[in-house]
Amino acid sequence: MATLIHRELSASGLRFWVPLLAVGAAIALGFAAFVHMETNGHFVTGMDNQVVWGIPHVVAVFFIVAASGALNVASVASVFGRVAYKPHAPLSALVALALLAGGLVILAADLGRPDRLVVAMTHFNFKSIFALNMFLYSGFFAIVGAYLWFMMERRMNRFSGAAGLAAFVWRIVLTTGTGSIFGFLVAREAFDSALLGPSFVVYSLAYGTALFLVALDLAWRWDGRAAEAETLARLGRLLAILVAASLYMTAAFHLTKLYMTRYHGIEAFLLAQGGIYTALFWLGQVGVGGVLPLVLLYSPRTGATRGGVIAAAVLVALGGLAQMYVTIVGAQAWPQPIFPGWQESSTFFDGEIHAYAPSAAEIALSLGGVALAAALIAVGLKVLCFLPDPCTASSSPPPTSPPARPR
Amino acid sequence: MNDPGRRGFLGTAAAALAGIAIAPGIRLIDLAGARPPELAASGKVRWGLLIDTAKCATGCTDCVTACNTEHGLQDTGRPRTDAQWIRKIDLKDLRSGRQHSAPVMCQHCAEPPCVDVCPTGASFKRADGIVLVDKHTCIGCRYCVMACPYKARSFIHENLTGQKPEVPRGKGTVEGCTLCVHKIDRGDGNTACAEACKAAGHEAIVFGDLNDPQSAVSRRLREIPSRQLRGDLRLDTGVRYSGV
Amino acid sequence: MVRLTAALAFALAAGAAPAADRVARPALEIERPGRCVEATDLMRRDHMKFLLHQRDRTMREGVRTKQHSLAECVECHASTKTGSVLGEQGFCQSCHSYAGVKLDCFECHAAKRAPAAAKAQP
Repeated sequence: MATLIHRELSASGLRFWVPLLAVGAAIALGFAAFVHMETNGHFVTGMDNQVVWGIPHVVAVFFIVAASGALNVASVASVFGRVAYKPHAPLSALVALALLAGGLVILAADLGRPDRLVVAMTHFNFKSIFALNMFLYSGFFAIVGAYLWFMMERRMNRFSGAAGLAAFVWRIVLTTGTGSIFGFLVAREAFDSALLGPSFVVYSLAYGTALFLVALDLAWRWDGRAAEAETLARLGRLLAILVAASLYMTAAFHLTKLYMTRYHGIEAFLLAQGGIYTALFWLGQVGVGGVLPLVLLYSPRTGATRGGVIAAAVLVALGGLAQMYVTIVGAQAWPQPIFPGWQESSTFFDGEIHAYAPSAAEIALSLGGVALAAALIAVGLKVLCFLPDPCTASSSPPPTSPPARPR
Repeated sequence: MNDPGRRGFLGTAAAALAGIAIAPGIRLIDLAGARPPELAASGKVRWGLLIDTAKCATGCTDCVTACNTEHGLQDTGRPRTDAQWIRKIDLKDLRSGRQHSAPVMCQHCAEPPCVDVCPTGASFKRADGIVLVDKHTCIGCRYCVMACPYKARSFIHENLTGQKPEVPRGKGTVEGCTLCVHKIDRGDGNTACAEACKAAGHEAIVFGDLNDPQSAVSRRLREIPSRQLRGDLRLDTGVRYSGV
Repeated sequence: MVRLTAALAFALAAGAAPAADRVARPALEIERPGRCVEATDLMRRDHMKFLLHQRDRTMREGVRTKQHSLAECVECHASTKTGSVLGEQGFCQSCHSYAGVKLDCFECHAAKRAPAAAKAQP
């Protein structure tokens, strides 16, 4: 096999700058929303004392979870020895880093006192899974950064296997930690479960693979090159397995809670009587995020096509956002049972379903974080060599343009 | 009875008896108010409340009003985001229709979930059992609000002015019932809610040192049955409820 | 190269000279008689360190000594006209504005001295 070569993005001039400026505008809007929230306080958002974590957290946690899974392509190459994925490993690492950065920026911007980030990085309560996660996120940047360097610097290539293994183990711990942020809480009937940590690991693999596919497809289009059918087919098959596994985790979680009588109230709320939450669960998480992608990926007509695989990936991502909304906001909509068995009412909205309507500010903030992740990927693609040269990367026939000189 | 000696003796004896009767009360008040400013809070003491819901009148919100006034909590006209440190929960038994009322505030757990989850350690338990938020380190992440089974914490959603000097509060941090820590440290010996309830003649809230078997709250806990809210969570709350 | 250096030096000098006149000098009126709890030059340099140490002792341990208590600072230094340490002529704010250091304390802490009625309580 020929030496593996990567190239920078070839798009330049307006073709490069127009999308980047559009993304920059979204970042600016997000920043404006942040300043608005910071100056006036959170009453300008839709979040209140009943639903304290809203759209920003839904999008941020989705990105953080997907970031871990986006590294999966690189792991499959380095750790599991699937050589066919090797050309895409550097891009996988870039997407992982960008998604994590975007998610963390949203979280930091939504803090009540974001000026105290330094306090957050110097004062740690080690019993808090949140604090432990901060270490895991910083460590992720360091380990994946090193991993990326080892992959791209030929003289360090021999260490990329070890770094890949470290990154793989690290992200399993990290994503279990992220799921446990919710799973450890006894106060909320929709949480309080050991399954949430492992579920998030499985979800992360699905969402990460989906977002990686979307990023890869956009990178091909932007670079003006043909899609690699082989890569799409492999990743499509992988995505299908991961989606099926995600559906299994969801089923296990809810069936367990359904068996336990004390959880009948919350389950009836989420699965049947919860209005938006029920719709997002069945239509979003299960339908759009699970069943529909499986149909697309396993159907002979669409399963191996670019359109089919990318459409499935987009649907999985949308389903993931729906899952995060149900998990995070749905859990808060259901009141804490302070007097189980009694009907409660108070001036503090005890005993009633808590409404939540996201405001423009928090939506703009969230989109700003998404745009930041996109911008980081775009700049990375342009500045460094992430795109595999088609002549050396896959078994598809090379394009008609001449190959780049090996360095 | 014209004998001044006998009268004098009876007077002295009456005064002595009265003194002996009041003395334990004086001693307790002395202890409660006795901590000098340079002394730190002690783990020998554990402050707590007993709420007797049989004495709590549905519709009465004196404890809530007293707390709000004491701490400078203001009504901004936005009830969904306004802080509430204590609220009356109206309860109804679905089967019998029997109605009840109880004030609910931070339960000052011995094993507080809010302290476990706080990333910076801002949510902490003082040596004497009072669970507080150190607003110097609070980053406003609201994880403690997610973690509290009693919905005890509120997030401050707007700029605040006119704070009371003893009760610092500010935008972007989280807060909750402090068991009137500023009053306790000053030696008042009681919380605002308990004082107001007593002034209204209900005496449904009793404050005191749970570690002192002779304190008012400890004695009452021995007299009437009581329980923790969500006792299944094993948080060992400092607030106990009777009659519900 | 020489012209560039000369231009830079000129710009620096021009920038530095009138700086002191552009920003109002702090209004350090000591209205209450007596001395501060620490020496003036010590306070100027280190008042933030005293406050930083005291806040943890008060918050975490419940130690409420008055020597370095922020409420006591306000009690003494609040302006008699506005009753506050904030505002353009406020003791804390005018110096902090001059020094360009963010004043975070009064996001939460009362900037005004306690009302007389409250102080009358034992």
